[in-house]
Amino acid sequence: MKDAVASAQLPAKEAGQQAYLKIAGVVKKFGDHTAVDHVDLEIHQHEIFALLGSSGCGKSTLLRMLAGMETPTAGKILLDGQDITRLAPYNRPINMMFQSYALFPHMSVEQNIAFGLKQDGLPKDEISARVSEMLELVQMKKYATRKPYQLSGGQQQRVALARSLAKRPKLLLLDEPLGALDKKLRQQTQLELVNTLEKVGVTCIMVTHDQEEAMTMATRIGIMSEGQLLQVGTPSQIYDYPNCRFTAEFIGETNLFGGAVAVDEADRVEIDAPELGGRISIGHGITGPKGMEVWASVRPEDIRVDIRPVEPGPNRARGKVREIAYLGSYSVYHVQLGSGKVVKAMVPANRWYEAGETEPTWDDEVWISWRDDMPVVLTA
Amino acid sequence: MSLLRKLSPGRGSVIAVPYLWLTLFFLVPFLIVLKISFAEQDIAIPPFTALTEYADGYLNVKLNLSNFLYIFTDEFYFDTYLSSLKVALFTTIGCLLLGYPIAYAIARTDPARRNVLLMLVMLPFWTSFLLRVYAWMGILNETGLINSFLMSTGLIDEPLHLFHTDFSLYIVMLYAYLPFMILPLYSNLVKLDLRLLEAAADLGARPMKAFFTITLPLSKNGIIAGSMLVFIPAVGEFVIPELVGSSETLMIGKVLWNEFFDNNNWPMASAVAAVMALILIVPTALFHRFETRELEGKNHA
Ligand SMILES: Nc1ncnc2c1ncn2[C@@H]1O[C@H](COP(=O)(O)OP(=O)(O)OP(=O)(O)O)[C@@H](O)[C@H]1O
Ligand SMILES: [Mg+2]
Repeated sequence: MKDAVASAQLPAKEAGQQAYLKIAGVVKKFGDHTAVDHVDLEIHQHEIFALLGSSGCGKSTLLRMLAGMETPTAGKILLDGQDITRLAPYNRPINMMFQSYALFPHMSVEQNIAFGLKQDGLPKDEISARVSEMLELVQMKKYATRKPYQLSGGQQQRVALARSLAKRPKLLLLDEPLGALDKKLRQQTQLELVNTLEKVGVTCIMVTHDQEEAMTMATRIGIMSEGQLLQVGTPSQIYDYPNCRFTAEFIGETNLFGGAVAVDEADRVEIDAPELGGRISIGHGITGPKGMEVWASVRPEDIRVDIRPVEPGPNRARGKVREIAYLGSYSVYHVQLGSGKVVKAMVPANRWYEAGETEPTWDDEVWISWRDDMPVVLTA
Repeated sequence: MSLLRKLSPGRGSVIAVPYLWLTLFFLVPFLIVLKISFAEQDIAIPPFTALTEYADGYLNVKLNLSNFLYIFTDEFYFDTYLSSLKVALFTTIGCLLLGYPIAYAIARTDPARRNVLLMLVMLPFWTSFLLRVYAWMGILNETGLINSFLMSTGLIDEPLHLFHTDFSLYIVMLYAYLPFMILPLYSNLVKLDLRLLEAAADLGARPMKAFFTITLPLSKNGIIAGSMLVFIPAVGEFVIPELVGSSETLMIGKVLWNEFFDNNNWPMASAVAAVMALILIVPTALFHRFETRELEGKNHA
């Protein structure tokens, strides 16, 4: 069987960059539960990499193995050519920013930041120079002598960042760096955090289950599910060319139609999709054997909604409006097809006005359709 | 008090409960003792004179200061207080050195086994205190377990003099007071956020360093609570020095007993007790003031 269906669409990896961090075949088992399952990953220097996945998929466990807090059951971790798999955490040139910051409550902001430098036995004046440099970096000079409980959540986050950057680690790990902040503050902090990280030029792996956060901050994203790394790529690669149903559904919204390959020609495939009540035609060069079970993923923003019948053909169906969610500049229509499947379609707010049509409402009959270059075919 | 003002009236009444308790069962008895300490010994029931006398339109208040003068001038009392404080201090230090690792180990075992271990710490309370002290006699005696074992192995020809010495005193004091050190330390250490230790390791601190820079300072309140619970009752301890200590070890509890029961001198006994209470309360209160100032606004314990 040809494996070309999904992978052919992926642009080739940027060549010429050497892996700075290499994770090879890493497994972590807790009893008979496999928390991390044969993960291979290469990270380049100065990259901001995001590990994204739902709760309990093993992101933190993978990160903790990099920090040295857990020992892999199998596999290897190499950083800058050095095998660090079994190195104790206090011997690794890696620092971590903890999910709830883990600031030392009995130490002032300054003392927290200086803690790691003191462990290295740096001279006093060098420590204080580095501490004030860090305070400057995160704009916390004013608060140097405060204790953590006297700081707001956002300020604590910045102190935690300063503390983890103070030793100039080769690799910075961030576990849900903004998870403890409220939504508004989080969006503002995302950009601030990226700016700081880029200014310092540190190589960085962050863990999050907020896809928006990952898309905004990371240069590349790795999608994890049940301990496995399913797909690695830039935010747009992952969004536009998901390689499996999990990724397609996890990143953004999508409509999945299961079916079997019915027609396989040079410039198109057709899939019998019972849920659609017809065929899905895909026009970009994909091949797969006849009868093969595949899924087509169609993003809501790629689906067109009409109140007048459209000409019969593939990539279209009739349905009833079940729900409309107004979201300002666009609305999401939940359209129930004859098969019972509900399809989500995003409709721009001015769509009906510009066409001179009345807006459909609940229980109205509508037709959905999409162009044949829109769907992505998934084999897994 | 700023603390009381900050709290809502509903919580004010809840706060009043411990104050009421302390007033009723600590302050009032203490004032009674203080009152008796200014009286004179008398052959009556109760065996002391009244402080006030009303006659011919005069209210005569007669405060007898001789008990206090006696305490402050006779070296015997000074030595006794000092010796009591010394025994209490060494007992506290011993309990801390022994209790801290035990409390730490219990706090770090998995939760299922923790309760069993805590039960074992508290288990001695299930038998009478006196019985347990007598059991130590059977261990430390000339014919006790240790001596008969050492004799039978031929290591010694004559029994060691272990009992009625400072050695036996400290052994039994440690034994009796250890749980009072372990329990508050445990409840403090079990709350320690282990991520702080991970953070310390991540920042380059080896386990020992992390212990001294993170765990130990953060368990300060547990250390203080445990030390108070051991030190304060240990100062006035009577039974253990009487039963297992050397006859030369002066303890204020013993002096109290003598004055009260042997000499039937209630005013003197009260004066001795009042001075002891002041010796304990004044430094404790000062320390507490200092602590609250440092903790002001802090929301973690
Ligand atoms: N010390 C441990 N002992 C046993 N099982 C563990 C341990 N740590 C993690 N696990 C299990 O391993 C799996 C992965 O946990 P992990 O903390 O890595 O998830 P996560 O992806 O970080 O999730 P979240 O987004 O909720 O933080 C979970 O099923 C968890 O129960
Ligand atoms: Mg996690």
